[in-house]
Amino acid sequence: MSYLEYAVKSTPSGFRKFLYMNWPLTLLLISTASAGFLMLYSVAGGSWTPWAEPQMERFGLGLTAMFIIALVPIWFWRNMSVLAYLGSVALLVFVELFGTIGMGAQRWIDLGFMRLQPSEVMKVALVMVLAAYYDWLPSHKTSRPLWVFIPVALIILPTLLVLKQPDLGTSILLLAAGGGLMFLAGVHWAYFAAVIAAVVGLIAAVFNSRGTDWQLLKDYQFRRIDTFLDPSTDPLGAGYHITQSKIALGSGGWNGRGFMQGTQSRLNFLPEKHTDFIFTTLAEEFGFVGGITLLILYALILVFCMVTALATKDRFSSLVTLGIALNFFLFFAVNMSMVMGMAPVVGVPLPMVSYGGSAMLVLMAAFGIVQSAHIHRPR
Amino acid sequence: MKPRKPKSQGLAYKRLPRRALLLGGLQAAFVGGLAARMRFMQVDQADEYRLLAEENRINIRLIPPDRGRIYDRNGQIIGQNSPSYRIVIVREDAGDVDQVIRKLSELIPLNEDEIERAMTEMRRSAPFLPVTLADQVTWEDISKVAVNAPALPGVTPEVGLTRQYPRYEDFAHIVGYVGPVSDYDLSQIEDPEPVLRIPRFQIGKVGLEARQEISLRGKAGAKRVEVNATGRVMRELDRQEGQPGADLQLSVDADLQQYAQARLAGESAAAVVIDCETGDLRAMASAPSFDPNLFVRGISVADYRTLTQDKYRPLANKTVQGTYPPGSTFKMVTALAALEAGVVGPGNTVYCPGHLKVGSRRFHCWKRGGHGMVDLNTSLKRSCDVYYYDVAIKVGIDRISEMANTLGLGIKHDIPMSAVRAGLAPNQEWKQRVHGEEWLIGDTANASIGQGFMLASPMQLAVMTARIATGRAVSPRLVRSVNGVEQPSGAGEPLTISPTNLRHIREAMWSVSNDRRGTAYRSRIIADDLRMAGKTGTSQVRNITKAERAAGVIRNEDLPWERRDHALFVSFAPYDKPKYAIAVVVEHGGGGSKAAAPVARDIMLQALYNGTPPLDAYPVGDRDRIKEQQKRLEGDRRPKARPDGKDRA
Repeated sequence: MSYLEYAVKSTPSGFRKFLYMNWPLTLLLISTASAGFLMLYSVAGGSWTPWAEPQMERFGLGLTAMFIIALVPIWFWRNMSVLAYLGSVALLVFVELFGTIGMGAQRWIDLGFMRLQPSEVMKVALVMVLAAYYDWLPSHKTSRPLWVFIPVALIILPTLLVLKQPDLGTSILLLAAGGGLMFLAGVHWAYFAAVIAAVVGLIAAVFNSRGTDWQLLKDYQFRRIDTFLDPSTDPLGAGYHITQSKIALGSGGWNGRGFMQGTQSRLNFLPEKHTDFIFTTLAEEFGFVGGITLLILYALILVFCMVTALATKDRFSSLVTLGIALNFFLFFAVNMSMVMGMAPVVGVPLPMVSYGGSAMLVLMAAFGIVQSAHIHRPR
Repeated sequence: MKPRKPKSQGLAYKRLPRRALLLGGLQAAFVGGLAARMRFMQVDQADEYRLLAEENRINIRLIPPDRGRIYDRNGQIIGQNSPSYRIVIVREDAGDVDQVIRKLSELIPLNEDEIERAMTEMRRSAPFLPVTLADQVTWEDISKVAVNAPALPGVTPEVGLTRQYPRYEDFAHIVGYVGPVSDYDLSQIEDPEPVLRIPRFQIGKVGLEARQEISLRGKAGAKRVEVNATGRVMRELDRQEGQPGADLQLSVDADLQQYAQARLAGESAAAVVIDCETGDLRAMASAPSFDPNLFVRGISVADYRTLTQDKYRPLANKTVQGTYPPGSTFKMVTALAALEAGVVGPGNTVYCPGHLKVGSRRFHCWKRGGHGMVDLNTSLKRSCDVYYYDVAIKVGIDRISEMANTLGLGIKHDIPMSAVRAGLAPNQEWKQRVHGEEWLIGDTANASIGQGFMLASPMQLAVMTARIATGRAVSPRLVRSVNGVEQPSGAGEPLTISPTNLRHIREAMWSVSNDRRGTAYRSRIIADDLRMAGKTGTSQVRNITKAERAAGVIRNEDLPWERRDHALFVSFAPYDKPKYAIAVVVEHGGGGSKAAAPVARDIMLQALYNGTPPLDAYPVGDRDRIKEQQKRLEGDRRPKARPDGKDRA
């Protein structure tokens, strides 16, 4: 099967492709990223360095990457899926062996000009390979055990590698995104019931492993779960971050304290205020209005991805778009839940806003694929 | 172009839009949940915060715990926390920083370097963060600043605790020092405690302070305070005390340490005194030393350069970090290995003509004309090299290496100090593994007299001597108690060496110090119940060529400092009931009997008498000189003024 099967004639070509891009999505991405620049400027105390400026450069790079990827036909990306997946697995194995230790976990490959976090790349590669798989698989086989087992294996392998780093947050995101994609592909309900039962079992296993030789999580991860379940147990140690985050966020009120006026998040020892906890500053300085605006922008990004997914008749395009949207959703849902004290602190950045090169570039590349699907959709 | 067969016939494909909408619905619900939560926190609960948002806010501040104090074995203070006043500036509040600093410098003396550093720090950090302008400020200067506060916007005096080492140079190498947490420190710690992020919070950087960081640090407390719009504290609401760090008591005797440090002054040297009964390290002197207080405040570039460029390496802790060829002090190990293996008996003799041909090379004795017939006792007493070449070749390197390990050489002793080295007691397997070469018979000859690959730190030599003296596996102990809880003693189990053989060695060591022909006879102890048994060592740091040997070996005094021999001496006393063992290494000091033995004897007597010894413990001829020396050292040991005269706080 090849792309010749598509009615190619109806897809735009050359620079006309720009006109057929999902422009609302592009504009939404630019707006959220700009909110990020503003916040990075603010947390640096009204300075473009050290965060806002590099972030803008990276966003420019990401935007360029998105355009380039968007111009390449979607069937090329489908054909690249398996390669992308294998490459990402190789990178994960590579960091396991040679990665740089950052903040106590082995996550990065130092490329010199930036640090590549293979688990970020994996999030997209996994979605791609699963979408390609379900595109290739004759639909009547979708729910047969063997054909269900293969994608499960594809999901489990990188999840375990990431868990080993150890990066609990990302491994949960990988599981959720992979599972979500299988759900979208139309796998029978019964399997999901089984998976949910297994997850419950795994959680039980993790808690039972505590204190034994085969302990599955690091002590600090257990402590974070403990403090999430009951922050009052350790308000100064591990619970401190959540308490501080909530105080800062709550003090924002309806309108916020004004740009650069958010003293709460500055005077306190709020960790990672430019990365994982940046939403706290935004919510403090722009209040409920600012927070809800960002949330609406995020929701609109999801909506426009959905538009692309439902407009195309190509199965790969639909699945990969929805998968990327799901990933995006998981990113901000987990991060916001975390800073609002609804989820344990797991170290997931706020997409497009948090400072960080790897995550931003990978996300923009992923949206490039969504754009490509939109441009090259069979009409 | 064939039209693609639509896949939409399959059941799974029909499910896609349906499931997409279902999942989208779930996502929408979650987003709604987030929005509701945000509304709850920022609108419904806003009343709670609105009050604070107007002018005052409740703020949780960490209270840094008091760092544990460090005492010597008699309760003298070694590391303490003293209040320090400092002046901080907040860029945001100061407005024109340059002008404010200029005004401030008219009021109180400011240090150029510190201003420079403060400016750099200010450029890098957020404008609302306080930056220290002057540290260790006197009370008068603080009052001046407080009185002139209206003219100095953004400038506030602060009081805090800072680490202070009242014994200055004496404990620099043992205790190390603390310093403010750096970004590098943070990156090395997994999941750092929030307290580490307090600006200028001090943690141990080197030595005991670093190795015992966790117990010394304690747990942070917290207070809830009301702060106004600029972040200034208005009042404290409540506080929860933290847990102060544990107090440590060292096994070291501060007076003896001070004496040892003073006695070594002027040399690049190390001395270690170990208690034979408990393994307590009574003194660990490394000279020259430095003032750890300089590092606490942040050492100036010039001072630091002076320290790093000194060829005597004041920053190196020579007691555990310096490893030296043990030279003749190693001969006890070779002899014990031979006796234990049964290849020689104490009465067997070897003829020493001044050299021995080993393989194709000629190995020389230090005495050109040779010692004639020597037995075990004579060989050690007069330090004959040929005897040891001979017995070492008979017993083999592997058994010598094993004996060295038994006596504590070539293995790392676990004491909480920085950069403790394991030294090296090589065997055949080691050379094959590390150098990829066969072990040669000449290597054995070199090793037998503690040269070649053999390396040991002064502490290891002291442990070796203590083990020979007691026949037990004495292991060093630096921390005697933590918060009053006694730590396990280092007395150790009896060694697997035959007591008879150990007795032969001890008798020979007695002769070294007390026989008229012994190499350390001049540095003996006269007092009958305190007789000392020891062994001198002189280890070469250069090769002696054939030509030089023919022309006569150049005397140490005629060589440049760095090429002179290291002088070593190990001993224990009293001979009948060993209490202390000591090892002294004087880098490039020349001969062990001349440069190291007198130092060891003096420190040993000081330890045995627990203070200045009476003159009649010394040989009659030495007493005048010793009297002079005691007077001079007594002068040195008066409490020192701060060298830079900055003793203001």
